[in-house]
Amino acid sequence: MNMMTGVSPWERLIRPDRVHGSLYTDPEIFEAELKNIWYRTWVYVGHESEVPNANDYVVKSIGPQSVIMTRDEQGKVNLLLNRCSHRGNQVCSFERGNARSFTCPFHSWTFANDGRLVGYAFPDGYEGQDKSQLALGRVTRVESYRGFVFGSFAADGPTLKEHLGGAAETIDRLVRTSPEGEVEITAGFLKHRVKANWKFILENECDGYHPAFVHTSIFGVADSMIGKLYGGTSTALTRDYGNGHTEIDLRPEFRKRDAPMSWFGTSEERLPDYTARMKTAYGDTAAREIMIDGTPHVMIFPNLFIAEIQMFVIQPLGVDDSVQHVTALQFKGAPDLNRRLRQQTMGSVGPAGFLLADDSEMYERCHRGVLARNPEWIFLGRGEKRQRQDELGFTVGHVTDEVPSRGIWAHYRKLMEAA
Amino acid sequence: MLSRESSATLMSAITAFLYREARLQDEHQYEAWEKLWTDDGVYWVPANGADIDPERQMSIIYDNRSRIALRVRQLMTGKHFTQTPQSNLRRLISNIELMDEQPDNGDIAVASNSLIFESSLRDDMLWAARSEYRLRHVDGELRMASKKVILVNNDKAIYTLSFLV
Ligand code: FES
Ligand SMILES: [Fe+2]
Repeated sequence: MNMMTGVSPWERLIRPDRVHGSLYTDPEIFEAELKNIWYRTWVYVGHESEVPNANDYVVKSIGPQSVIMTRDEQGKVNLLLNRCSHRGNQVCSFERGNARSFTCPFHSWTFANDGRLVGYAFPDGYEGQDKSQLALGRVTRVESYRGFVFGSFAADGPTLKEHLGGAAETIDRLVRTSPEGEVEITAGFLKHRVKANWKFILENECDGYHPAFVHTSIFGVADSMIGKLYGGTSTALTRDYGNGHTEIDLRPEFRKRDAPMSWFGTSEERLPDYTARMKTAYGDTAAREIMIDGTPHVMIFPNLFIAEIQMFVIQPLGVDDSVQHVTALQFKGAPDLNRRLRQQTMGSVGPAGFLLADDSEMYERCHRGVLARNPEWIFLGRGEKRQRQDELGFTVGHVTDEVPSRGIWAHYRKLMEAA
Repeated sequence: MLSRESSATLMSAITAFLYREARLQDEHQYEAWEKLWTDDGVYWVPANGADIDPERQMSIIYDNRSRIALRVRQLMTGKHFTQTPQSNLRRLISNIELMDEQPDNGDIAVASNSLIFESSLRDDMLWAARSEYRLRHVDGELRMASKKVILVNNDKAIYTLSFLV
């Protein structure tokens, strides 16, 4: 903070309609983000369905740190840091499994799957030590929303529900696509690495300006309906929910089409079992509405992206090194729908996907581009004059407008200035 | 069981086929490469190991014949930006083996290793894989009925793989 002028360094770098290129490339800014964002705010870690049984575990991450998500014998979900309290060795070296305890390979200290230290090797020599002070580190706060488990390293701060704010409703919208009201994450992840700053990915997820150009190769050869959703005449919206959460709301377009399952390029006839189960679960009218509206396209700040049929988790490893973990969403009680979701997801995302290979190419080229500092700024002013508030008070704009990026940066600035 | 001579003849035909496939891939001859497939061809690049169930788990590529055609058509537009400009590629194919267990329908099971050098806008990359083929004689020529490419590092986060592997 510059006391002379009262202008924070962040205010100099982040303006309402533009941000400074160094925000994507400066290693010191990246270190500050780890501290002020990744190790403080709520970050999505994993889904409860990835550890369905007692003693199941799966290795996840918060930024570059490895986190073990376990379900202990009592059925509680824990987020433990994968770091031995003796000398720091990683206690878990498998990606998933079922284990009551983890034994560190270095000197054989053993930890229960709720983090407690349960035994030393050669216990003589540890007289008078308090084992309870030598547990595995834990993510300070753990909360879940409809099966999505989030962690925060800050002891105080908003609850998860407060953090999600208006965006919580998009998760409600998502889970009702299942006749049993539950999402399952069971198809395994593709891990797509890019040499680019994580914020290029974050902003791209709800950038409705690029699809017509970046994805022209696939829209041109596949008879995909996606292209039309992002055109100049589309009635779809971009929305800023606050707290960095952003959305592309495609419902106005799907409602115009008025055809159940059209959001997913299919029809009721092709999914008779699913359609019947939805009608039984929700009644004819509500089921029809759900099947017309489809699932959300929402970016929960800073790392959980629900993209209609798939879920992405953004992981920053370094200022120019990021991974997108991606899997097909699976809906409980909908095997015929799930099969199509897997097939379409495999076609479109991951390292060889028809869509994501080109998106990733753009992040990498942007990253190399902004290393040049003339011009210094990234311009994000599209639609600034025509944005407005919706009925709930959230800022909305045309689908091609940069409402989401402006929302992300306003929140980012708050988090960085609060340091 | 094939006689020693017929097995040598078959092996040299297979080797020639794999080398040709490698060259077509390296030189971005997409249409000629597509013609190497049978009508029921399956192109599979698993993730997270070699033995996942592609009907249940995510794969990097799991293309049926029509999706192979779509992949080729996208590359042919010249606007698939991750291959515009195209990667410069050269690969070595080796350790070609006829696998003993021949499938019932007369397809030939073949495996090989490959080491691929890719030079793209991003960087220079080295990719390593084991490829398992089922080859079939169609109108007197060998074709691919399936190709499974197991990248050595398919359990890790990998960079974009947008050339034909
Ligand atoms: S580092 Fe884990 S027991 Fe010593
Ligand atoms: Fe995109």
